[in-house]
Amino acid sequence: MSTTRKRVYGYLAEFKSASALYKAAAKVRDAGFRKWDCHSPYPIHGLDGAMGLKRSILPWLVFCGGATGTATAFALAYGTQVLLYPTIVQAKPVNVFSVPAFFPIMFELTILFSGFTTLFGLLALMKLPRLNHPLFASKQFHRTTDDAFFIAIEARDPKFSPEGTRALLEEIGGTSIELVEEED
Amino acid sequence: MATATENAPTRQGPKLPVLKREKLILNGRSYHWITDRICGVLENRQPFLWWLLFIPSALIAAVGVGGGLFHLVSTGVGVWGNTNRAMWGWPIVNFVFWIGIGHAGTLISAILFLTRQNWRTSINRAAEAMTIFAVMCAGIFPAFHVGRVWMAWFLAPIPNSNAIWQNFKSPLLWDVFAVSTYFTISLIFWYLGMVPDLATIRDRCKPGLRKMLYGLFSLGWRGGNRQWSHYEMAYLLLAALSTPLVLSVHSVVSFDFATSVVPGWHTTIFPPYFVAGAIFGGFAMVLTIMIPARFIYGLQDLITMKHIDNMAKIILLTGTIVGYAYLMELFVAFYSGAKYEMEAFKYRITGPYNWAYFTMMFCNVIAPQIFWLKSMRENLWIVMIVAMFVNIGMWFERFVIIVTTLARMWLPGDWKYYSPSGQDQLLFVGTIGMFLMLFLLFLRFLPCINIAEVKWTLLESDPHFDDHEDHPDDGVVVEAAYQQELQESAGKA
Repeated sequence: MSTTRKRVYGYLAEFKSASALYKAAAKVRDAGFRKWDCHSPYPIHGLDGAMGLKRSILPWLVFCGGATGTATAFALAYGTQVLLYPTIVQAKPVNVFSVPAFFPIMFELTILFSGFTTLFGLLALMKLPRLNHPLFASKQFHRTTDDAFFIAIEARDPKFSPEGTRALLEEIGGTSIELVEEED
Repeated sequence: MATATENAPTRQGPKLPVLKREKLILNGRSYHWITDRICGVLENRQPFLWWLLFIPSALIAAVGVGGGLFHLVSTGVGVWGNTNRAMWGWPIVNFVFWIGIGHAGTLISAILFLTRQNWRTSINRAAEAMTIFAVMCAGIFPAFHVGRVWMAWFLAPIPNSNAIWQNFKSPLLWDVFAVSTYFTISLIFWYLGMVPDLATIRDRCKPGLRKMLYGLFSLGWRGGNRQWSHYEMAYLLLAALSTPLVLSVHSVVSFDFATSVVPGWHTTIFPPYFVAGAIFGGFAMVLTIMIPARFIYGLQDLITMKHIDNMAKIILLTGTIVGYAYLMELFVAFYSGAKYEMEAFKYRITGPYNWAYFTMMFCNVIAPQIFWLKSMRENLWIVMIVAMFVNIGMWFERFVIIVTTLARMWLPGDWKYYSPSGQDQLLFVGTIGMFLMLFLLFLRFLPCINIAEVKWTLLESDPHFDDHEDHPDDGVVVEAAYQQELQESAGKA
């Protein structure tokens, strides 16, 4: 007898098309599940609503990142040029009126900081990168990046029950329903 | 109310037929076919032609960039043809040329995304790759043009050993920030766009080193909508950030010229003129590379004639803008009454560099005008030849701007005919080899078309696709409903 214990991750069910997934998602949402996800090869528009997801908070993070960039560039340019070490080049004065000459760099750093915030903010919100995931244990899940549409409902959802959830997935049109297990 | 009937919407004129939307992917290809075909490019053995191109371009890159730079650094920048007056010469011509090439990639990935031009999905990945490689080629020139390349860190905003900071009022420092930001953001955009596709390749690999590497770079992507939701937002944000960025980069490059007090450079038209020129030259390079790649890898159903037609139209538009800028420059030089400005332009047209000026005029202004004809946009040989002309013409544009101006500035004692040295030519040809080599490696190892987005453009990807199945022509239904509504509103009154 093998000594590895298996823990149930949840159910994985396939749906035949984007439309089928979209309709099924609304039903899973209405059944009150929280820990579940729809997997598709490309983003399906309107699925956020069907799943009851809120709008991503990423723009707020990026706004803060961008504002930090503007402030950094201003501090860098004004601080070094006007306050720390005023250097007169080509008879151009260094005082508060030189600020317009700092705009290009303020703009560029705003974009740069926003870009980095987008990248790292996105990774944090997606909870990536990660090296493995229980779903990768499934024999059919690799098709999600090709042409298959799946709904995965996790066992840690309070509404989850081995029979009830399976019945729900069957009822809303799921096929090849699979109980995904991870090694404990 | 009586007035309501009078103001009720009535439709004047004949009933217009509703045009069907042209399909972006031909022959009704399935999702799996798309995955197979695009991944096939990098999973199958490369065709003989790939090696035929890769080996020479790698050699040219090694000799031109590797050898050229080694000779340059070990000897000194004197090996270039630059002189006291023509201190910018070929290196800066090449820098502006390569930076400009990159702009089409960002335009396609960002501006066409914001304007919902879905045809971009088939070409954006390759065009973005081109951006990255072109900026890499561009970066070589100013970095080594500083003279002592080991001092290039002076460009970074850190005080040097005398505690003197960079001059933040200088357009050259703006350029450092603009180009490095442009490279970084383009790289982030390119890489994030590729994550779902890298996951596709990961899922098709047999277990092993290859799967592990693609797995690492795909970050554990699972295609869940909780990921897609944030991902789509990030993509939108990056597009929105890149759009002003791409317009700013070549504007800042043009400030290097426009803020100087030099006849022929000191003009306010430079920023828009440079940006239009960059997009123009960039699209020509996209066509130059994508038309052969499309044939070699059999991607005709993904990169269709519609894509080529659209790009030809953009070349026509931007080429005409560039032509307008050339003529406006001449007109303003005349209209300003400024003696030196007039002399500078007279020198361009009648001086010893007029061959370059007329090459530029022919390649950039006259050659693309052939694209007014639909039959010419459909002939791939013609498209390819015009794209080649534009590539050459845009290089000459920078040559004309930089060299003719510097060769005859304020002091007559400095006037001298500038010619590049062999080292100049070697390094430029080397960067062409490097660009091609990097692009071929990209085709070999990374998905050259955005798999996820191409799938998204198929009609059946719309979650409401099934609802439309009973009435294939939406237009007729919408029109009928509209007519009925009109009758009802007229009946009620």
